[in-house]
Amino acid sequence: MKAYIQYFKINLVTGLQYRVAAYAGVCTQFFWGFMYLMIFQAYYLSGSSNTDFSFKQMVSYIWLQQAFLSLIMTWFRDNELFALITNGNLAYELCRPVDLYHFWYAKLLAKRLASAALRFLPIIVVALLLPEPYRMSLPASYASLTLFIVSMTVGTLVMVSLSMFVYLLTMKTLSGTGALLLFAVVGEFLSGSIIPLPLMPDAFRKIVEVLPFRFTADFPFRVYSAHIGTIQALQGIVLQLVWLFALMLIGKLWMSHQLKRVSIQGG
Amino acid sequence: MIDVKELSKNYQISRRTVGLGAAMKQFLSPTYDTVQAIHNLSFHIDPGEIVGYMGPNGAGKSTTIKVMSGILTPDSGHCLIDGRVPWTDRKRHVAQIGVVFGQRSQLWWDTPVIDSFYLLKEIYKIPEKSFKKTFSLLVETLNLNSLLETPVRQLSLGQRMRCEVAASLIHEPKILFLDEPTIGLDAISKIAIRDFIQTINKEKNVTVILTTHDTSDLEALCKRVLLIGKGEILYDGNFESLKNDISPERYIDIKTASASESFEVEKLFSYEILEGHKTIELLHKEKNQLRLKFDPRNTSVSTLLKGISDQVEIIDLEVSSAPVDEMIARLYKVHQL
Repeated sequence: MKAYIQYFKINLVTGLQYRVAAYAGVCTQFFWGFMYLMIFQAYYLSGSSNTDFSFKQMVSYIWLQQAFLSLIMTWFRDNELFALITNGNLAYELCRPVDLYHFWYAKLLAKRLASAALRFLPIIVVALLLPEPYRMSLPASYASLTLFIVSMTVGTLVMVSLSMFVYLLTMKTLSGTGALLLFAVVGEFLSGSIIPLPLMPDAFRKIVEVLPFRFTADFPFRVYSAHIGTIQALQGIVLQLVWLFALMLIGKLWMSHQLKRVSIQGG
Repeated sequence: MIDVKELSKNYQISRRTVGLGAAMKQFLSPTYDTVQAIHNLSFHIDPGEIVGYMGPNGAGKSTTIKVMSGILTPDSGHCLIDGRVPWTDRKRHVAQIGVVFGQRSQLWWDTPVIDSFYLLKEIYKIPEKSFKKTFSLLVETLNLNSLLETPVRQLSLGQRMRCEVAASLIHEPKILFLDEPTIGLDAISKIAIRDFIQTINKEKNVTVILTTHDTSDLEALCKRVLLIGKGEILYDGNFESLKNDISPERYIDIKTASASESFEVEKLFSYEILEGHKTIELLHKEKNQLRLKFDPRNTSVSTLLKGISDQVEIIDLEVSSAPVDEMIARLYKVHQL
């Protein structure tokens, strides 16, 4: 266990060095945030929305999305992992007495956390001070804040276990592009990062709700604004944990299957 | 210690000729060739041995190392190392071995060297006390002190390789696999690494298996070599006798005081004790310089020298065998590798 924590720490510290990228990231996030808000504002003003999801809740939703982008984005890529699979440095990873699944998991999680740690605070603070109607609201209650923190944490873990499949698939196909592209496009939509779940057509939403993606972003963000009530939130967190457990189990089984037929590229 | 029996491993290789047509054909119905990387390999290595594993590029050396270090699963055959099957018992196995791949890096690229060591300490669950002891020993003998705080990506190849070797030994493994550890290194780094391998072998009785194309590595380190070609063992034994088998002949270079034009090799044949006179050959004759080739197995060296000094005044001489690289090339040719 200590090995995984140490590896996590190394990656976290490395990730925290990229300050300029973080400044630029924060600026980009504001640009995107405003763009989304204006699109949805136009949609709400047109009066064609028949949803219980208010624009106020939408504003919090968007700003949380931008603040925690590093934790929820499906196209987050770890080039080191892709490189070591395609150039054969995987050999060294296998020479160590570690569980490769957990080892990579720790790395992916650390990279996301480091990236988020540098970005979320300035975005949240500024978003809370913006003029109306773009100002982000405070959490609906202490309960919803607590539930938000818990569900965001579990959601991040679910996200990492989902993204692990990209690397597992890359071990088979030897090119990260296809797996990543598919995962990024489909996953982003299914997690509610393009259209929040409450605005989706009913039939479509039913499909999205049985999949795990929404638990990484849409679910915690709506818990924050209490669009999802306390009881539902608690139920949701249980479901999140079930998904997390299942995804990790499948990932680990796939990993051990893959390692039996692994080939090392480049001699 | 290491027991390998009838080990085989094949690779599937997708091959196509140049051109769009061929690419299209391969796309529609992909065809694969099966290449035998190693075929029915068997050998045994005792504890404390340093074994050189040699063979031309693509002979299956690295594949064998990767199977023995638990990275690859072979198609058939047995391999037992210290009572463990490497690929089924990977985690337990790799905790007891050290591996260096000369063309790869096991240190974490963006972090200072020392971070990698502390991470390895946790990975191998090394107790603080023995870690400190081994670490300071490695730092001292491999002269790493000034490198520890530098990020790995900014080390030179030689510096990095010294760190790599240290990293592979931090958990005091009983077996060390070295896959071309001296590739691309200058003479000083090479000798430093060689000396170090010898030291740990002697003092800690570490079993070392070494693949290399650098024949001076083999000469300096290995008493025993395994020659592999096309996935099979072609020779297993003493390196010296292998050299003598392939090229028993010796060369003799002579500097003469007087002009050597008058020297005639035929005159030597009149010395009766020189049974192998047919194998004596004059390769080169120049002002004050002579170069001869002979076979010491059937030629009396002292008579030969006497024969030469009867004709010319010798002021300096040097006897040498064929360059090792040339010998190895000849060996590969003999085996049609």
